[in-house]
Amino acid sequence: MSITVDYASLNVGDAIPDLVKENISRTQLALFAGASGDHNPIHLDDEEAKSGGLPGVIVHGMLTMAFLGQVLTGWVPQSQLRGWNARFVSMAFPGDTITCKGVVAEKVSENGEDQVKLDISAENQKGDNILVGTAVVAIS
Amino acid sequence: MADADYVGKEYPSFSVDVEKGRIKMFANSIGEENPIYFDEETAKNSGYSGIPVPPTFAFTLTMEAGQSFNILEDMGIPKTQAMHGEQGFTYYDHIYAGDTVTGVQRITDIYEKKGGALQFIEAVIELRNQNDVHVADLRSVIVVRHKVGE
Repeated sequence: MSITVDYASLNVGDAIPDLVKENISRTQLALFAGASGDHNPIHLDDEEAKSGGLPGVIVHGMLTMAFLGQVLTGWVPQSQLRGWNARFVSMAFPGDTITCKGVVAEKVSENGEDQVKLDISAENQKGDNILVGTAVVAIS
Repeated sequence: MADADYVGKEYPSFSVDVEKGRIKMFANSIGEENPIYFDEETAKNSGYSGIPVPPTFAFTLTMEAGQSFNILEDMGIPKTQAMHGEQGFTYYDHIYAGDTVTGVQRITDIYEKKGGALQFIEAVIELRNQNDVHVADLRSVIVVRHKVGE
């Protein structure tokens, strides 16, 4: 659950608590395929993935993005999330451990609301970025 | 049709029902345990007027409506050449279980990099609920790999 965040005590460069997703399983990819509606076989079937030039099945980009969303909603309630975006910079594979991070990049006042802009990322166990992006959250 | 002719093109509007069971299933599949996604009472006590959808669930709603692939089909691009390059969400209000969401997708930009080897298609989907409240905008960038000289 989220903790109360105080705008005045936040500083540029502050990190929000990491979220770690250990050892992503093929079962999770199958569950996410069903739940998200993305049934692309490159996430489910090694043969299909290989025939498309991949080393094997890959993690849905939108699953990693969902994890990245959780690092934000673990920090502030979802109702304070104004917007965010992420670039898919590399692939994640079953067995990877994904760490989601956020760092305060800017403090702004927009329409009379205190907001922070965060640099966000999801990286694998080698420290390679899978997703990078930014988020805007209101701090009430 | 040249790339530039597609910029500004709007696709037919679509509607999707936001189902409570689907939200639970989605939350489970991403390892989300916050009870606001599972229990209406808890959600209401947390200031929501119903069970809200998780932040990326709006993308699933658009996928349900076939919006991820209709541009590729329209432009004659094989799915296997396309990758999801970027995804963004802007929220104006909540989407709740029980809502019916209506959307319209529009191509906002198309550009190339690496001498045409990579083509970037940027599209925005505007989502409104059954009360015509603008709830969210989704911005996607699709990257298409082309063999140069093809």
